[in-house]
Amino acid sequence: MMDVHRQAFKEEAYELLSELESSLLELEERPDDIDLIGRVFRAMHTIKGSGSMFGFDDIASFTHEVETIFDMVRNGKLEVTKLLVNLTLAARDQIKSMLDHSDDGGTADAEASARIIAGLRTLACCDAPAAAPVQPKAAQPLPSEKVSYRIRFVPARNIFASGSNPLTLLAELRELGTCNVTAQTSGFPTLSEMDPEACYVYWDVILTTDQGINAIRDVFIFVEDDCELRIEVIAEHDRFADRQDYKKLGEILLERGDISPKEMAEVLAQQKRFGELAVSKGILAEAKVQSALVEQRHIKEVHQEKQSAEAASSIRVPAERLDDLVNLVGELVTVQARLTQTATQREDAELSAIAEEVERLTAELRDSALNIRMLPIGSTFSKFKRLVRDLSSELGKEIEMTTDGAETELDKTVIEKLNDPLVHLIRNSIDHGVELPQAREAAGKPRHGTVHLAAVHSGDSVLITIADDGAGLDKEAIRAKALERGIIAQGSELSEKELFALIFAPGFSTAKKVSSVSGRGVGMDVVKRAIEALRGSIEISSVRGAGTRITVRIPLTLAIIESLLVKIGDDSFMLPLSLVDECIELTREDRSRSHGRNLAHVRGGLVPYIPLRERFAIAGAPPEIEQIVITEVNGQRVGFVVDHVIGEHQTVIKSLGRAYRNVEGVSGATILGDGSVALILDIPQLVQSVEAEAA
Amino acid sequence: MAKIIMTADDSASVRQMVSFTLKQGGYEVVEAVDGKDALQKLASHKVDMLITDLNMPNLDGIGLIKGARGLASCRFIPIVMLTTESQDSRKQEGKAAGATGWIVKPFKPEQLMAVVKKVLG
Repeated sequence: MMDVHRQAFKEEAYELLSELESSLLELEERPDDIDLIGRVFRAMHTIKGSGSMFGFDDIASFTHEVETIFDMVRNGKLEVTKLLVNLTLAARDQIKSMLDHSDDGGTADAEASARIIAGLRTLACCDAPAAAPVQPKAAQPLPSEKVSYRIRFVPARNIFASGSNPLTLLAELRELGTCNVTAQTSGFPTLSEMDPEACYVYWDVILTTDQGINAIRDVFIFVEDDCELRIEVIAEHDRFADRQDYKKLGEILLERGDISPKEMAEVLAQQKRFGELAVSKGILAEAKVQSALVEQRHIKEVHQEKQSAEAASSIRVPAERLDDLVNLVGELVTVQARLTQTATQREDAELSAIAEEVERLTAELRDSALNIRMLPIGSTFSKFKRLVRDLSSELGKEIEMTTDGAETELDKTVIEKLNDPLVHLIRNSIDHGVELPQAREAAGKPRHGTVHLAAVHSGDSVLITIADDGAGLDKEAIRAKALERGIIAQGSELSEKELFALIFAPGFSTAKKVSSVSGRGVGMDVVKRAIEALRGSIEISSVRGAGTRITVRIPLTLAIIESLLVKIGDDSFMLPLSLVDECIELTREDRSRSHGRNLAHVRGGLVPYIPLRERFAIAGAPPEIEQIVITEVNGQRVGFVVDHVIGEHQTVIKSLGRAYRNVEGVSGATILGDGSVALILDIPQLVQSVEAEAA
Repeated sequence: MAKIIMTADDSASVRQMVSFTLKQGGYEVVEAVDGKDALQKLASHKVDMLITDLNMPNLDGIGLIKGARGLASCRFIPIVMLTTESQDSRKQEGKAAGATGWIVKPFKPEQLMAVVKKVLG
C-alpha cells in the first residue's frame, strides 16, 4: 500500500519538478514576478511536505534548504539572481535524480547535494540560520485524505448563558464533510425539575472529512471550556485499500464445513441482534444503540460514496490501453466501411439506414478515441527551453528561445517520436545557425540570438517551425560540399530550394568542426528520415545573414490518414492525400511521344513519372488511358502512373507483418470495404529508390 | 428580515470596517461609540448579535458584556469581543462576563464574517 502512495508522490513530484523548471526559466526573465516566486516556493513546499510523509526524507531535507531560500525571496529578503536560478535548477535536477534513484536502492550523488546546499547557504548570507533538517512530520493524516471521526459534544448546562448556540456549531460541522448527528436526550430531568434555560441534550456526531482534526477543533474553539468534547478517529479512508472486515464467525464455520447452511439458519433465527439483547437486558439505552448503529451506517455510506467518486474522477491509463482502443476503433472503421458498401449494393433501405447510423457513430467514436491521445506539444517545448539554455552557455553564445502555439495538440505517439528530430534541429540552429555574440555585433545584430519554436494547426497536419536569426545557410559552401561529396554532378543547375534540400542528403555536414553539440554522428538525413517515418515532411528556407527557418509538417495522428485510392490491374494502392497535388491523364500516344524518358508535360513544365505497373511488375496490359497522380515531395514534383483513380478514402493504417516490414516503397496496408487489402505507398521512399537506381 | 448586529468600538476606523463588512454580508448594523452608548442603544434596539471592543472609554467591553447579559433581550445573543493576542487574561475575563467568542486583532474581513457565521448561524 505504501508503495502505491510512494508512486503517487513520485508522479506528483515529477510533475511539480517540470513545472518548477519552467517557472524558474520564466523567473530568470522576470525576476520580480511575485507570482512566479510563489509558484516556485509552493512547488518546493509540496515536494518537501509530501516527501517526508512518504519516507523520502533525503528529498524532504534537501528540498527544505531550497524552500528556505525561496521563503526569503518571497519575503523580499533575497533577490532573484542568475546564480540563484542556476543553483535552484541544479537543485531541481538533484531532486529529480534522488527520485530516480529512490526505487533502485541507489543513492543520488551526496556530494552534489552538499555542494548545492552550500551554494544556497552562501547566497542566503551569513545571517541565515543553518537550516535544521526537517523532521518528518508526526503521523498526521494527509489533509486530503478523508478520515471519519466520532465526536461526542456534551455542552455545559449553562452554555446558553454565554450566547452560544450548539445548533450553529453542529451546522458548521456539517459543512466540513459528510455528517451524521444523533441527539442524546437521556439527560432530561422530569418536567418539574427542568430548568428551561439549561442545556440537557448532548450530541454524537460521526463526521467524515478531509479537513483534518484541527478544523473540527476550530469549530468548538469558543466553547471548549464550556463543554466536554471527545474527538476520536474511527476510520481512515485510505485511497487504495479499504480494509474489509474479516469474515464473521458463522461464515468461517460454514466454509470449514463445521456447520451446514440449514443449521446455521436455525441458530441465527434464534439469535437476537446484539443491540436488541443489550437493550432488553437493560444494559444500554435504546438511544445509545441507535447512535452506534448510525455510526456503522455512516461509515458504510462513506465507503460506497468514495468508491463511486473514485470511479468518476480523472484516471491515469497506461498508453498501451489507449493504443489498443485506437486499434479497435480502426478495425471498427474498416468493418463499418464494409457494412456501408454491402448496404449500398443490396439496395436495402432498412439496412442502409442502419449503416448510416453506424457510420455516424463510428466517426464520432473515432474522433473521441483519437482525441484522448491528443496532448499539447507544450511539454516538449519547455524541455527544449532548458536545452537551449544549457547549450548556448556551453558554446558561449547568448541565445533566447521563444515559443508559440504550445497549446497545439498532437497525437501522443507523434509527440514522442518528434522529440529527437526536434532536439537535433534545435541543436543545429544553436551550433551552426546563431553566431557568437562578437560576430553578431560585428554584423550589426543584437548580441542576443533568438531561436523561435512555433507550432500551428494547418488542415490535418501541424506545422512546426524552428527559426533562428543566425547567419543563414551559405549556398556556395553547400554547393562546394555537395560536389566534394559527390552528391551532385559538376555544373548541375539547382534552385535554391533544391540546394537547401541537399543538407538532408545522407553524408552531408557543413560544420567545419565537430563540436559536442552537433556532430554526434547523426546527420540531418536521420532527422529527415525520422520525420518521414511520421509521414511528415521537412522544408528549409534561409536568407544569408538573416537566419534559417525549418518547417516540419506532421500529420495530426498516425492511426488514420486521408488517402487517394488507386487501382493497377486488380490491385489497390493508397497514396497519402497530403502529398498529392493533382491527377492528369496519360494516353498511349503521350507515352510513345516521350520516348521512354518518363516525362510528362504538365502546363508547360516537365514532370518525371514512375510507372507503378512496371515498378511493381504487375502483369497485364495497361488501359488505353492511364492516370498520373502528381505528388510533391521535398519541393519536387513526381508523378505516379496508375490504371484508375478511385477516389479519396479514409484509411486506417495497419502495419505490415514482420516478413514485409522491409519492403521498399510500402509503408503499411489497409483493409478496404470489400475486405481486400490495399497497400499504402511510401512516396518519398519510392522516389528515393528510383533516383538511386538512375544515378 | 436581515439580522441586526451592533458594533461597539471607540475607534471610528474599526467601527467603519466592521460595519462595512457586515453590511456587505447582508446584515443590518447598529454602531455604538463606547460601552455606555452601546448599552443605551441596546435598551431600545433589538439586536441579534453584539461585537465589542474591550478597551473603550466610559464603559469598557467587559462592563458592556455584563450589562448586556443583564438585559432580558440580550441574555442569549452571541457577544463577540475584539482582543489582541497579548490580552489573554482579558479574554478569560470577557468569557467569564458572558462573551460567546472573540476575534483576535488584527483580523481580515473574511475572518470576521467566519466568526459571525459561526455564532449566528
